Amino acid sequence: MRLFKDASYDFLNNRKRAYVFSALLLLVGIFFLTVHHGLSYGVDFTGGTLMQVKFGKATDVAQVRSAISGLRGGESQIQQLGQSDTYVIRLPVFQSDQQRDVGDELRSALASTFGQDGYTVERTEAVGPKVGNELQRKAIEAILIAFGLTLVYLAFRFEWRFGVAAIIATGHDILITFGFISMFNVDITLATVAAVLTIVGYSLNDTIIVFDRMRENFKGKRKEQYVDTLNRSINETLPRTVLTSGTTLATLFALFIFGGEVIRPFALVLILGIGIGTFSSIFVASPALLEIENWLQRREAAA
Amino acid sequence: MLSTIKGRLVVIGALLLLCVWALVPKTGPDGNEVSPINLGLDLQGGMHLAVEVADSSGAMTEQQKADAIDRTLTTIRNRINQFGVREPTIQKAGDQRIIVELAGIENPERAKEIVEKTAFLEFTIVKGSDELRRALPRMDRAIVDSLGPQSVGAPELGGAQGQAGQGRQKGLNEILGGGDTTAGGSDSAAAGSDTAAGGGADTSAADQGGSLRPLSALLLESGAPGEFLVAEQDVPTVRKYLGLPGVNDALPRNTRLAWGADPVGEGGNSFLPLYVLDQQPLVTGDQLADAGPATRDPTYNEPVVPFTMTRQGARMLQRGTSRHVGDQMAILLDGKVQSAPVIKQTLSRRAQIEMGTGSSLQEAQDLALILRAGALPVPIRIVEETTVGPSLGADSIAKGKLAFAIGIVLVVLIMIVYYRVAGFMAVGALCFYVLLVLGGLAGLNATLTLPGIAGLILSVGMAVDANVLIFERVREELGMDKTARTAVEAGFQHAMSAIVDSNLTTLITAAILFQFGTGAIKGFAVTLSIGIIASFFTAVFVTRTLFMVYLEKHRSGEPVSI
Repeated sequence: MRLFKDASYDFLNNRKRAYVFSALLLLVGIFFLTVHHGLSYGVDFTGGTLMQVKFGKATDVAQVRSAISGLRGGESQIQQLGQSDTYVIRLPVFQSDQQRDVGDELRSALASTFGQDGYTVERTEAVGPKVGNELQRKAIEAILIAFGLTLVYLAFRFEWRFGVAAIIATGHDILITFGFISMFNVDITLATVAAVLTIVGYSLNDTIIVFDRMRENFKGKRKEQYVDTLNRSINETLPRTVLTSGTTLATLFALFIFGGEVIRPFALVLILGIGIGTFSSIFVASPALLEIENWLQRREAAA
Repeated sequence: MLSTIKGRLVVIGALLLLCVWALVPKTGPDGNEVSPINLGLDLQGGMHLAVEVADSSGAMTEQQKADAIDRTLTTIRNRINQFGVREPTIQKAGDQRIIVELAGIENPERAKEIVEKTAFLEFTIVKGSDELRRALPRMDRAIVDSLGPQSVGAPELGGAQGQAGQGRQKGLNEILGGGDTTAGGSDSAAAGSDTAAGGGADTSAADQGGSLRPLSALLLESGAPGEFLVAEQDVPTVRKYLGLPGVNDALPRNTRLAWGADPVGEGGNSFLPLYVLDQQPLVTGDQLADAGPATRDPTYNEPVVPFTMTRQGARMLQRGTSRHVGDQMAILLDGKVQSAPVIKQTLSRRAQIEMGTGSSLQEAQDLALILRAGALPVPIRIVEETTVGPSLGADSIAKGKLAFAIGIVLVVLIMIVYYRVAGFMAVGALCFYVLLVLGGLAGLNATLTLPGIAGLILSVGMAVDANVLIFERVREELGMDKTARTAVEAGFQHAMSAIVDSNLTTLITAAILFQFGTGAIKGFAVTLSIGIIASFFTAVFVTRTLFMVYLEKHRSGEPVSI
C-alpha cells in the first residue's frame, strides 16, 4: 500500500486558507482562555487538598456536596470521574495552613454521611502553597528552557530562519493546545505540563523532518522557485508525516479509551496537541519559512 | 564485527538475552517475588511526603536549617525502619527538604504521624498559680495595648466577671471531682486561697483604670496549683492573646505557659488546661534510653508508655525531683502537657507517659516507637503529601497493560498493511524495541509510573517513526530505478540526518522534563528517554540487519517488498 505516492499538492499557495483555519483555532482558544473559564489549575500548582473517593454505589454530586458542606476553608470542587461512583473532591486549603488536618476533616465529614465503610479513599494529594508556587515556576521554566535549547539546536543544525519558523509553529501549537485544555476543562497539573512538553517535542520533530528535506532539496541541482522546493519537500515527506501521526494517534486513542480515568485527560491533551503539531509542520512552519524568505527578498529589493 | 550479518545477529541476540535476563522475576530477601521493574507509588499504592523544617519564627539561618535537615533525615530513617516498611525511600531533595516514599502501606495516616511528630519530651516543674496570677494584670494591659480596647470586648465590671468566674469554677470542681489525681488532699484549701488572691488581683487591676481583663476573664482556677482552665470555645482567643507581642514578656521571670494535651470535663463543659511551668526543663527526651512497650493502665483504662532514662538522665531527674517532692512535675510532649503528676518521691530511671483515655493503644505503641527512635531536632511540617490506594494502582496497571497491548496491535496492523514484508521487519524491530525498553527500565533500576506507562505507549507510536522514515526513503530510491541493495543502502543513509535531529530534539525535551519533574513526571521522562534511545537503536541497527538478511535471501534482481 502506498498513500500520497508522487503527491504534488500546492500547500503553500493555498496557505491563506490554512491561516484562516489557524486563526480560527487561535481565536477560539483565546476566547476560552480569557473570556470563558480560563485555565483551572490542579492542586499541584495552587496548593490545596484533593481526595479521590469511591462510594461503591451510585451517589450523586448533591449528596457528596451536602456531606462536605460543613467544612471550613473556601469553596470545594466536586467532580465525578466518568460515569462511575468515584468522585474527586478538591479544597483550596492545605493541612498546615491552620494547624489542622484537612484530610481528616474530609474523612470524618464523609463518614458521618456515608458511614465508615460507605466510602474508600483511593487517592489523596495535598500540596502546600510553597511547593505549589515552586512547581508553577519550574513548569514555566521547563517549557521556556525546552523552547530555548531546541532553538539553539536548530540554529546550530539549520539556518536561523528555520529555527524562527519552527518556533512560530511550536508557539502556535502550544497556544492552541492550551485553548483546548481550557475548552475541555482539563486541569493544569504536572501531567498536563508533561503532555504539553511532549507535544512541543513531537511538533518540533515533525517540523524538523520536513525542514531536513527542504535543506536537502535546496542543495539539489534543480532550478526551481523557492516556493516549489518547499512544496516538493512537504509532498515528499507527506507519507511519513501522515503515517507516523497515524501510528502515534492510534496508540494515544488506545490510551484514551482503555487507559482509565486518571490518564484520560493526559491522553486527550496529547491527541489534540499531536493533531495540531502535525497540521502546523505543514501549514504553519513551512508557510512561516516562506514568509520570512519573501520578507527578506522584499527587503533586499528595496535596498 | 558489525559489518557482517552474523556479527550483527550476535549483538542483537546478546542484547535480547540481557533484556530477558533483566526481566526475569527475582525473589526478594523475604521470599516474595519482586517485580523486575520498580513500580512507582502511583502504581503500587503508597505514600509520598515532602517535609521541611518548620521555622515559624524565621530565626534560623540557611546553614542551621540544612544541619537540622541532615539530623532529621537520620531520625526519620530510624523511625521508618522500626515501623517496618519494605524498601522505603527517605532522601534529601535539595538542602532543605526530605522526601519520604513508603510503598504499599496500609495506613497512611499512621505513617504520617510517625514521620511528622517531633516527639520532643520534657520534664518540667509546675509552678504555683500565684506566679501567673500576679502577672495577669500586666498581661491584660499588654493585650489591651496591643489590640485596642474595642477589639477585646465591651468593658465589664471586674467584680461581676469575677463572680461569674467563681460560679463556673464551682461547677467545674464538681465535674472534676475525685478524678483529679494530681493535687491530692490540699485541693480545697488551695482553691480557697486562690479565690481570695484572684479577687485581690482583680481589684488592683480595676484600681489602675484597667477595667478590661481580656485574658484573666477567660482563665478559670482548676484547683490544682499551677493549672488554669480555659473553656474550649475560648481556647483560640486565649491562644491569640498569648501570641501577642509583650504578653509573654509580662510573665514572671523563668516562667512559661503550656497547654494540656487533652481537654478535661464532660458534655458541653469541656476545658483545656493551661499550666504555669518553669522555663527550664529538668531533663529532656534526649536522655531517654528506651521506651515501651505500651500498655493500658488498668485503673484509668488509658494507654501508657513506660520509658527508661539514661544513666546521666536519671541523675539529672533525681537531682531535680529531690528538691521538689510534693510539687507537680509536668511531662510535656511537643510542648503539650501530657500529665502533671505530684512528685511523691525522688524519681530516677523509670517513668511513664499517660496518653489520656481518648487515645488508642496503637497510638501509644507508635509513640513508644517514636521515642525510641529519638526526637526530631526541630519541628517539621509536611509541604506535600500524596497517597494512592493499592486498588487504584492495580487498576491503573491493568488498564495501562490493556492500552499498551491494543496500541501495539494497532501499530503492527498499520505497519504490515502499509509495508508488507518490510512492515514485518518493522514489527520485529518493534518487538525488540519493547523488550529493550522494558529491559532497560529493569536494568537501569528506573521506576515505572502511570505517566511512564503513557510515555511508553506514546513511544511505541513514535518508535516506528524512524522505520517509516527509512522505508519511505527506500521507496523513493527504488523509484529512481536503483537496485534493491543500493536503494536500501541509500535509504538508510539519507534518512539518518532526519532521524538524528528528531531524536535529539525529543531527547532534549525529555531531559528537561527529568530535570524539573518530581516523582511521576520523572518516570515519564525516563521511559521517554529510554524509548527514544531504544527506538534509534532498533531502527538503524536492527531493521537494517533484518534488511541485510532479507537481501541476502533474495540475491537476484527481485524487487524488494516494501
